[in-house]
Amino acid sequence: MSTAPRLTALDAVHRSLGATMTDFAGWDMPLRYGSERDEHNAVRTKAGLFDLSHMGEITVTGPAAADFLNFALVGNIGSIGVGRARYTMIVAEDGGILDDLIVYRLGEPEAPEYMVVANASNAQVVLDALTARAEGFDVEVRDDRDAYALLAVQGPESPGILKSLTDADLDNLKYYAGLPGTVAGVPALIARTGYTGEDGFELFVAPGDAEKLWGALMEAGTPVGLVPAGLSCRDTLRLEAGMPLYGHELTAELTPFDAGLGRVVKFEKTSRSETFVGRAALAAAAERAESAPPRKLVGLIAAGRRVPRAGFPVVADGKVIGEVTSGAPSPTLGKPIAMAYVDAEHSAPGTPGVGVDIRGTHEPYEVVALPFYKRQK
Amino acid sequence: MSNPQQLRYSKEHEWLSAAEEGVSTIGITEHAANALGDVVFVQLPEVGDTVTAGETCGELESTKSVSDLYSPVTGEVVEANQDVVDDPSLVNSAPFEGGWLFKVRTTEEPKDLLSADEYTEFSGS
Repeated sequence: MSTAPRLTALDAVHRSLGATMTDFAGWDMPLRYGSERDEHNAVRTKAGLFDLSHMGEITVTGPAAADFLNFALVGNIGSIGVGRARYTMIVAEDGGILDDLIVYRLGEPEAPEYMVVANASNAQVVLDALTARAEGFDVEVRDDRDAYALLAVQGPESPGILKSLTDADLDNLKYYAGLPGTVAGVPALIARTGYTGEDGFELFVAPGDAEKLWGALMEAGTPVGLVPAGLSCRDTLRLEAGMPLYGHELTAELTPFDAGLGRVVKFEKTSRSETFVGRAALAAAAERAESAPPRKLVGLIAAGRRVPRAGFPVVADGKVIGEVTSGAPSPTLGKPIAMAYVDAEHSAPGTPGVGVDIRGTHEPYEVVALPFYKRQK
Repeated sequence: MSNPQQLRYSKEHEWLSAAEEGVSTIGITEHAANALGDVVFVQLPEVGDTVTAGETCGELESTKSVSDLYSPVTGEVVEANQDVVDDPSLVNSAPFEGGWLFKVRTTEEPKDLLSADEYTEFSGS
């Protein structure tokens, strides 16, 4: 296997913009173009343009596609309407989370088609699991990772920017929905999804069209404040929005119930088969979560300026009561923030005496409910 | 990016001014500031502390990481830049000027400090 990083179709664009690049799950990706704080604030107040071509697309087609996805994933995929999307997960037999996913239902009932979007770091794991689980189902699981570039326009100005470039009916495109259309003359799957806490769109296009689309979006968006935005600000944006990240809040050691996301598990499914991979383990995990609440994912806001990082112990009364999963200085709050799993008895907002052990010093933190930031609608 | 000619540089990416009355000003280079990203927290040595060349004497925290601050020389700290403690972004916006970090009454300097040209070649920028 080659160790050379994979390049997105927009690599030359990033380099011409002077981006600081970073290795991310084997891809050479833009971390930031200038100041990550400026990029973050642009997404919150105007708009940002992201290259997310490292995300892993897997297409599932065939008469049994819905039944198959109901079996392979924890969600009720059969109930997704055409043109809608759903957040779901894929777990191992033991209930451990393999990845969190967005599934788009694209095809009409007579030609079922779904697109499963996996995290870059887990795309191969998800592809392998889906391929293995497809045995016995009349479906085709297709690796479409190289078929798409993915651009995301996020922020309050994003609907206006996109409207100037497409005839697609964006006003009737709801959050977590997607429709095929044309943007700046380029065929695209236009999805109203994102990972920033803002209104925005994700555009799946052929890699050969990516540069043209990027250029058109920048030209249309620059006058209203659109800026290129890198993975660094994507992380602080999603952290403020309280969105979990695989490898941090979600791991193979946690079931969805341990992660506080048991609601994505649907034991009742609109399909002939009620069974799915991990069902027995998840049923047990759900029962466990009822009787002995697991550690709870909470928000922490720093009193001081030291930044908590993933893996730092959360403490109270000299005892470790949890662990930070993600932490960063929050540009919007102006203070360091973190997500952390803490013992249930210390999880209530305002619980006094909670701190984070930052390299040997116990820094005081306020326990808050997630998210830290919610956009005004 | 250009590294001021009148300064000397360490391989840990600090700069050091020529000593005036035995006191040198110390900061980190623009190259280092860019590599860190937005600096959000600065912990500096305190006035009266003795710092040792090549040893850690503080912390620089950026959005993504925390880095140790090293002293390029040995001596006594005579001033720490409170402006940069209050506004750490000065390290990014003016690394060679308002973003200076601390001043040391130098008792000993390592022999391997770099000239501006040598540092430019060493850091590749």
